[in-house]
Amino acid sequence: MNQNGRFSQVFNILFCAFMLAPIVVVMGVSLTPEGFLEFPPSGISLRWYQAILDNSDFIEAAWISLKLGIVAATVASVLAVPAALAIGQGKFKGREALQALFLSPLMVPTVVLGIAFLRFLSLFGLNGTFTGLVLCHAIIITPFILRLVLAAVVGLDRTVDRAAESLGASNWTIFRRITLPSILPGVIGGWVLAFITSFDELTVTVFIVNPATTTLPVRMFSHITQTTDPLVASVSALTVIFTIILMVAVDRMYGLDRLLIGEGKK
Amino acid sequence: MAFLEAHGLTKTYGETNAVDNLTFTVEKGSFVSLLGPSGCGKTTTLQMIAGFEDPTMGKIKLAGRDLSAIPARDRGLGIVFQSYALFMHMTVAENVAFGLEMRNVDKAERKRRVADALELVHLGHLANRYPRAMSGGQRQRVALARALVIEPELLLLDEPLSNLDAKLREEMQLELRRIQREAGVTTLMVTHDQSEALAMSDRVLVMEKGRLQQEDSPFEVYERPRTSFVSTFLGKSNNFEAELKSVTPTASQLLIAGRGLTGPSVNLKPGTVEVAVRPERIEIVDAADAVITGTVRERIFLGAQWMMNVATPLGDMLVIRRNAGRREAEIGDTVHLSWAPEHMRILPLNEVAA
Amino acid sequence: MNEKPWMMSAPALTLFGVLLLVPLCMTFFLSFNSFGFYTGIENTVSMENYVEVVSDSYFWEIFGRTFAIALATTFFCALLGVPQAYILYRLSPAWRSIVVLIVIGPLLISVVVRTLGWAILLGNNGVINSALQNWGLIERPIKMMYTSGGIVLALTHVFLPFMVLAVWAALQRKDPAVEAAAESLGARPFTIFRRIVLPQVIPGILSGSLIVFSMAASSFATPAILGGRRVKVVATTVYDEFLNTLNWPLGAAIAMLLLASVMVIMLAWNRLVERRYGEALE
Repeated sequence: MNQNGRFSQVFNILFCAFMLAPIVVVMGVSLTPEGFLEFPPSGISLRWYQAILDNSDFIEAAWISLKLGIVAATVASVLAVPAALAIGQGKFKGREALQALFLSPLMVPTVVLGIAFLRFLSLFGLNGTFTGLVLCHAIIITPFILRLVLAAVVGLDRTVDRAAESLGASNWTIFRRITLPSILPGVIGGWVLAFITSFDELTVTVFIVNPATTTLPVRMFSHITQTTDPLVASVSALTVIFTIILMVAVDRMYGLDRLLIGEGKK
Repeated sequence: MAFLEAHGLTKTYGETNAVDNLTFTVEKGSFVSLLGPSGCGKTTTLQMIAGFEDPTMGKIKLAGRDLSAIPARDRGLGIVFQSYALFMHMTVAENVAFGLEMRNVDKAERKRRVADALELVHLGHLANRYPRAMSGGQRQRVALARALVIEPELLLLDEPLSNLDAKLREEMQLELRRIQREAGVTTLMVTHDQSEALAMSDRVLVMEKGRLQQEDSPFEVYERPRTSFVSTFLGKSNNFEAELKSVTPTASQLLIAGRGLTGPSVNLKPGTVEVAVRPERIEIVDAADAVITGTVRERIFLGAQWMMNVATPLGDMLVIRRNAGRREAEIGDTVHLSWAPEHMRILPLNEVAA
Repeated sequence: MNEKPWMMSAPALTLFGVLLLVPLCMTFFLSFNSFGFYTGIENTVSMENYVEVVSDSYFWEIFGRTFAIALATTFFCALLGVPQAYILYRLSPAWRSIVVLIVIGPLLISVVVRTLGWAILLGNNGVINSALQNWGLIERPIKMMYTSGGIVLALTHVFLPFMVLAVWAALQRKDPAVEAAAESLGARPFTIFRRIVLPQVIPGILSGSLIVFSMAASSFATPAILGGRRVKVVATTVYDEFLNTLNWPLGAAIAMLLLASVMVIMLAWNRLVERRYGEALE
């Protein structure tokens, strides 16, 4: 039951075309048999996918990004879940300030975060290290997890905790058996969103990597700014496919809109 | 010997006493209700017994041992929460088994006891369902089974029927009482619903503003309220002021609206008192026998009975008459009201409620 | 009792304290240091970096361009995003879930990839120019790469999903019966949108605008790829100062000015929204 009029339907189609255009173009260019960026491609060839295999830089960078995303999202989850429980369930002084602090990385311009991390890490010799990257990424992605877990925590019925307590459960058991399962969709949704954010992050990362820890977005960025060949298009196409798979999975499980608005599951 | 004892129980929030020097006992195996309007302190009392709130003052003893130093998780009480507080991510059987798991009951016995508990509440066939897919009444049975399976010394029920619709509520009253009797568990129920308390309890504790107003059997609290609050909170009542002239061991002399009347004996000194008469005890009589005369202001037909509001010199009086299949007084008619002396309850004057 | 929430937040708090607050403060102090080509960063305290930025028309141009781009991006996001959110809201559930993936999904795809797509589209030999030339609509290619216009176009694409999300969230808070009520009173679809729906989603538009503006003002990847050295914005300037010129104190001062101006604009915007719509938001 589409309630939209004809004008709205045309608008909708044009809008979707606009949103898809650059992505479709990149995917198309990646199939070109030529040595330059060409769209629509004059033929279909996997030449530039083959080229990725010959270019260890991109493969290495993809591995680093994958590891970084997984570790950073996990670290951020481990930190954000208890914090979200404290903020969502407690009434204490400083609660709002705490929440504002944990959400602040969304407010500060990323380029400012990037140079701040660079300044700090270089003073302690951590610049360019994987540890440094993990910690900085954990900070950037914590707000995403916090918002989703907070939404889940706020919907919790506290008397359920009491019911478990009256049946003899310890605080840890209550967390593990009662609270965590109830907020798990929020935690998983937050983790995936955090992972994708970390995997795609450029503006901060570009300041704090060295050649040995270059992530995929940074590698792609420097490639684009130096040369224009379809290699980076084929790499892009692969990350797009990877992201779409994750996205569809998370949409099925959680609802993409709610995930990105930061609201809990109904 | 009393099984549960509360002695001088007090809970203070800031300046106000939510519970004020409450003392009562519950006998083993009995079903006792804490009855009162919202904010009377009944829920706070339950929370203190359960161990979720610490009393400001006073003691709670269960089977002779002091509960104050024992945390909620070790008290071993069965609690049914108003919202049921079921574990939505677990099946019915898993919900019921949870308390046994916490007690490290081995698997075989756990299975047997869960099955028994579910049988007791007639839910054996739904063991593998999730609570989300169940009706309110079924959820409540799950909550009850979960609380009973750990064989608690004391079962606490927090407004257990308030989330059910009227018809189901009546069914569950009988059902709850059957289950309680079969399990033989001492039970304390908190409720604001007087009919629920009267229907289910062995004894009723009426509370108001943190204080115990009266403790009696359901019949006694209804028939012989000792305070003005109890008389109006349980059932409907016409309360008015009167002069108590004199009291003897067998009777009392009252002056009501300028008319002398003999009433039941009472443990009060002569002076201004409050008299309570239930609307169903008031009769419409001939002018010669009238205690008081008034005009019918409103009249509502309820099927089994008529309800009338009669304006009298004592104020508006509510009169309930059984529908005997004949015509009743119309709005605007003058009616003469009377009641038997023994149906008067003579209470100390309640200035606050006047 | 009152220590528990702090204990639970302690790990996150430690990380944020050490790795966010301390570095931000250090950067703040760094912006007062001076830089010599041979001596590197000197531990002096002066306003010279700020004076340099404020007195140089080159930096004025960069700041001016950055905020003009951000403003234009915000405008186009609202212009396109608000109607699209309403269309989305009125789609049937099956269609909606597909369109949501198309409209919001790009948010999860790397900005680098999306900008690369725009670079391919916008180049002098790019898709758009070739198509227009083939159809005979233009003779010479229109210059879109390395222009502010091209950056605005790509940034609009990058941030549109945020606007759609913000407006859509506002639409979902609205009583779904109000449109039927307006219709029963004789209003036509466009009137319903303009008089009934739009006023109710204005808070959503405003919060979406705030997000888009602040992100656009500090965006890096898109202007760096589409603008290159020729069309510099604040973020790319900071990048150059830090990683090419190595004048960190000057870069820090520029970054602090960006942070301060974004913060001021956000707070002022919030104040405005709260004063104007505070009651309606309750």
